[in-house]
Amino acid sequence: MSSFPDDLKYAATHEWVRIEEDGTVTVGISDHAQELLGDIVFIELPTKGAVVSAKQEISVVESVKAASDIYAPVSGEIVAINEALIDAPETVNSSPYGDGWFCRILPSDKSELDGLLDANGYAEICE
Amino acid sequence: MARRTPLYQKHLDANARMVDFGGWDMPIQYQSLIEEHHAVRQASGVFDVSHMNIVDVDGPDAKAWLQRLLANDVQKLMENGQALYSAMLNERGGVVDDLIVYRLAQGYRIVANCATREKDLAWMQSVADGFSVTLKERDDLAILAVNGPESIAKVCALLTPDLAQQVGALGNFRGLEAGDWFIARTGYTGEKGLELLLPATEAESFWDKLLASGVRPIGLGARDTLRLEAGMNLYGHDMDEETSPLAANMGQTIAWEPESRDFIGRAAVEEHRRQQAEGKLPYLTGLVMEERGVLREGLRVVCDVDGQEQEGVLTSGTFSPTLKHSIALARIPVGSSNCRVELRGKLVPVRLVKPNFVRFGKKVFE
Repeated sequence: MSSFPDDLKYAATHEWVRIEEDGTVTVGISDHAQELLGDIVFIELPTKGAVVSAKQEISVVESVKAASDIYAPVSGEIVAINEALIDAPETVNSSPYGDGWFCRILPSDKSELDGLLDANGYAEICE
Repeated sequence: MARRTPLYQKHLDANARMVDFGGWDMPIQYQSLIEEHHAVRQASGVFDVSHMNIVDVDGPDAKAWLQRLLANDVQKLMENGQALYSAMLNERGGVVDDLIVYRLAQGYRIVANCATREKDLAWMQSVADGFSVTLKERDDLAILAVNGPESIAKVCALLTPDLAQQVGALGNFRGLEAGDWFIARTGYTGEKGLELLLPATEAESFWDKLLASGVRPIGLGARDTLRLEAGMNLYGHDMDEETSPLAANMGQTIAWEPESRDFIGRAAVEEHRRQQAEGKLPYLTGLVMEERGVLREGLRVVCDVDGQEQEGVLTSGTFSPTLKHSIALARIPVGSSNCRVELRGKLVPVRLVKPNFVRFGKKVFE
């Protein structure tokens, strides 16, 4: 059974967003997404400092079964990336909402967050 | 509705993620494909492969029919329980299916692929025309494959001492009949193991005993990474009806002698053999990529052949959990060098190796 923490917002493309106190957002992929992907073996992280638009591809996740694109849930600058995932991509499977975070973005347009789904809305898409 | 094996409920009980495989509801993995893969290489694991197609062959012309049907020769089966791996060819010398045939005390037993079930049966029936032979599908049997360094000991611990001793003494590609059970040392992982063909009514209880003794359930996802590491072909991917066995690393499975044995497809593969001798037939190679990324079936590979650029294609590809990088099988022209795979728009160099990567838990290429 997938989990959908209700303190997060979600994109329909399976990314989650946590709004941090310093105004940045942390981004990862949902429990449902990691289950669908299966064992993840490589992650291409975005470049720190890159400026991205919402829905732009920022990462590629390769599992044994398939390769999958990850999309920026909001526009802004990539201010941090989780380099631990380079050598331990399986962390995303075991801890998709915790240690398996991908990057932090400084949003350029906070109103984009209102367009994201809440946990119930996202859970409904997953059915 | 999809078909279910006798172990269907057991898969659900073990929290399997189920998928449709050739019209059957099968477990792709339980918790983690990679952990299941390591369990087979390091200890033991059990696969439910009851969806495969068992056909018992009997009658006065059983042997003659098999010698016509198969590219390999059942004449080689000197003892009861002995197994033979073979292709079944069409008249164009293409592979209809690959299968194993066992010699029984009475007649023979074929175990063929699930996805080709209807096609194979129709083909076999048509070839049986004119032969005094009976074909009986054995869907009353389940098949459990137990593989890994500890597998034979784990299975034997669950058998009577007498049977355990006989099973423990089985040589590779040898089997034995024990009442309604058939137990053989054949497998699809490159590890030691046994395939047990047992009455469907007894399958759940034996599954429970295996799991209670520490044998892990393994899904079809890990089955694919294991067989590819062992360099074993998968029908419908590494070869199909348009592929010569000689272009699929199956040359040793053709019994050319005696020349008088007119198996189906003989004339066609003799022509393939001539082309092969002239370097004109593509061949199936192993590929290794040590960089980050995963090689996948269908990708294009570009090679230098005598100063010209030619193309090949990947027939199977995966991430190898044992080696921790990607491996693949590819069909390429003879004389290829400087091979590069087109991966997400870039040409990435790959190494050619013999199509065999891991055996008995160990890397076997340079």
